[in-house]
Amino acid sequence: MSDAGAANGALVDVRDVEKVFHRGSEEIHVLRGVNLQVPSGEFLALMGPSGSGKSTLLNLIGGLDHPTRGTVSIAGERVDQLSDRRLAAWRARHVGFVFQLYNLIPVLTAERNVELPLLLTHLSKAERRKHVETALEAVGLQHRAQHYPRQLSGGEQQRVGIARGIVTDPTLLLCDEPTGDLDRKAGDEILGLLSALSREHGKTIIMVTHDPHASARAARTVYLNKGELTREPKD
Amino acid sequence: MINWLSQIASVTKFGLLSIPQRRGSVGAALFGIAGVVAVLVGVLSIAAGFRRAMAASGSPDAALVLRSGADSEMVSGFGRATTRIIADAPGVARGPDGPLASAELFVIINLPKISTGSDVNVPLRGVERPALKVRDSMRIEEGRMFEWGKDEVVVGIGAAREFSGLRVGDKIKVGRYEWPVVGIFSAGGGASESEIWTDAAVLQPAYKRGDSFQSVYVKLKSAESFREFHDALSADPRLSASAMRQTDYYADQSTAVTKLVTTLGYLIALLMAVGAVFGALNTMYSSVSARTREIATLRALGFGSGAVVASVMLESVALAIVGGAVGAGLSYIAFNGLHTATMNWQSFSQVTFALAVTPQLLVQGVVLATLIGAVGGLLPAIRAARQPIAAALREL
Ligand SMILES: Nc1ncnc2c1ncn2[C@@H]1O[C@H](COP(=O)(O)OP(=O)(O)OP(=O)(O)O)[C@@H](O)[C@H]1O
Ligand SMILES: [Mg+2]
Repeated sequence: MSDAGAANGALVDVRDVEKVFHRGSEEIHVLRGVNLQVPSGEFLALMGPSGSGKSTLLNLIGGLDHPTRGTVSIAGERVDQLSDRRLAAWRARHVGFVFQLYNLIPVLTAERNVELPLLLTHLSKAERRKHVETALEAVGLQHRAQHYPRQLSGGEQQRVGIARGIVTDPTLLLCDEPTGDLDRKAGDEILGLLSALSREHGKTIIMVTHDPHASARAARTVYLNKGELTREPKD
Repeated sequence: MINWLSQIASVTKFGLLSIPQRRGSVGAALFGIAGVVAVLVGVLSIAAGFRRAMAASGSPDAALVLRSGADSEMVSGFGRATTRIIADAPGVARGPDGPLASAELFVIINLPKISTGSDVNVPLRGVERPALKVRDSMRIEEGRMFEWGKDEVVVGIGAAREFSGLRVGDKIKVGRYEWPVVGIFSAGGGASESEIWTDAAVLQPAYKRGDSFQSVYVKLKSAESFREFHDALSADPRLSASAMRQTDYYADQSTAVTKLVTTLGYLIALLMAVGAVFGALNTMYSSVSARTREIATLRALGFGSGAVVASVMLESVALAIVGGAVGAGLSYIAFNGLHTATMNWQSFSQVTFALAVTPQLLVQGVVLATLIGAVGGLLPAIRAARQPIAAALREL
């Protein structure tokens, strides 16, 4: 049922999810009956070999795609049943995304990039500015507000990406290999930031990663393998 | 609603801001659209200019009388007695020296066109004194008016510009004689400016016309007197003559040419527009594909696909309008007021006129550009909005 997740206290409740992609006549079974519950405030790492379906699962949780079978409930809402249009509005309200390649808009300053999700709210200009300031401060980049992405290092760009992800104070922060393109030091800064967000601000975070060093910073790690989720890495 | 508009505004802004990175393809599309609009506006300005010259030729309180059944002066003819009856008909305005009616002769002489050097038909008109009051826009611009009864001519300013040998002091061949050009006149941009004028009384013997004429031009008491005048001529058993308002006569003369030119203009523009649509399509596809990940990112953040469609369309239309404005501006600079001459098929003689790039033509040009932009932007916009987000995010 739709409020089963809420009932058992899980913010994210993924049940029996299957995802099949079609490539020509070929069917690719990427997820084969995945179950995952994430309680509110948890910092979860999702690991697995390349092509195991980590991004696919994250996208289903973030409402970027629909599962072939199964249910995805977030805070009691069946997002697998929402239309594309409703999903867009739902994402704007509930999900913050952080991407491996930052995905900042190159023609906008850091500040304007962070402001983007706020354009989908009813906040006034002044309120938006305040939120942007707070978010940039949280990632330690208030002094870089006027810089364009190309003027920032990879680590700094990713911090802007995180500021953009949290600026609306979303229910969920979904990070797909947020340190995948960074060196160890910059990656550590990002991980520190994420765990602080979880610890100090009670953010629920799901982070896809390849890096055991990164997953070690999470409260819990789950593994995807051949479309199934396990508590321990296989092989 | 506000929310939706601000979404569109911001997505559009990213598109426009990224134009410098795509200036090659954007420039090519702009160039194509500017070309289409310039050609459309340019060709239509021929029709507009011709129509304007013809409209300037007639005034609503003037009428032209031809023999019944004649649709041009070329095939019309009257004896002196008939022209008197016409001049005295009710509705004709009178001056101190009698009715404002000019019985006229219309012959054609051959002169080389300056632009091509080849001989063309130039109208030579014999007029009577009241002609100057019937066509009150006539003014001597250079030299003087011909003297009545003398073998002299004055030349319309358009004719003087387009045909050679028509400067003051030049002599033109009239039948077996050579008559001097003594003046140049203007006529408010109308068709008379393409003509050469002389005294009808000296033209008759030169062309062995006896005491006959081809047409009678009259000034009416008022525009409303036309009915009365027209009906009086039709009712008179001594006459076989029909009256036309000057405005109608010239409008008739211009329809054939303007229709032809307008049709041609639209046809050429349409063909070119198809090409320009592909240019716009290409530009917008490349705009959209260059921004696949950005657009997917925005949509992941919650921007609606409607906003994406609208903004891609807006970008395309905005670019097209810029291209259209450039094209319209160029054709204004290049064509507006440009003097030329063409065959008037009704009188088998040349009409000189100035191309007219009117505000309506500029608007038409920009409207065409907008259409090109909208058509060219539609498919790329739909593609951008339809692209599955998850798949688009995987692209680099
Ligand atoms: N839209 C799609 N169409 C077809 N196949 C897809 C699509 N998206 C993903 N796949 C396939 O599904 C499988 C899982 O992809 P996914 O991106 O989820 O893997 P991943 O675990 O995130 O891998 P990586 O660690 O390399 O990012 C891959 O084989 C991929 O080719
Ligand atoms: Mg992945």
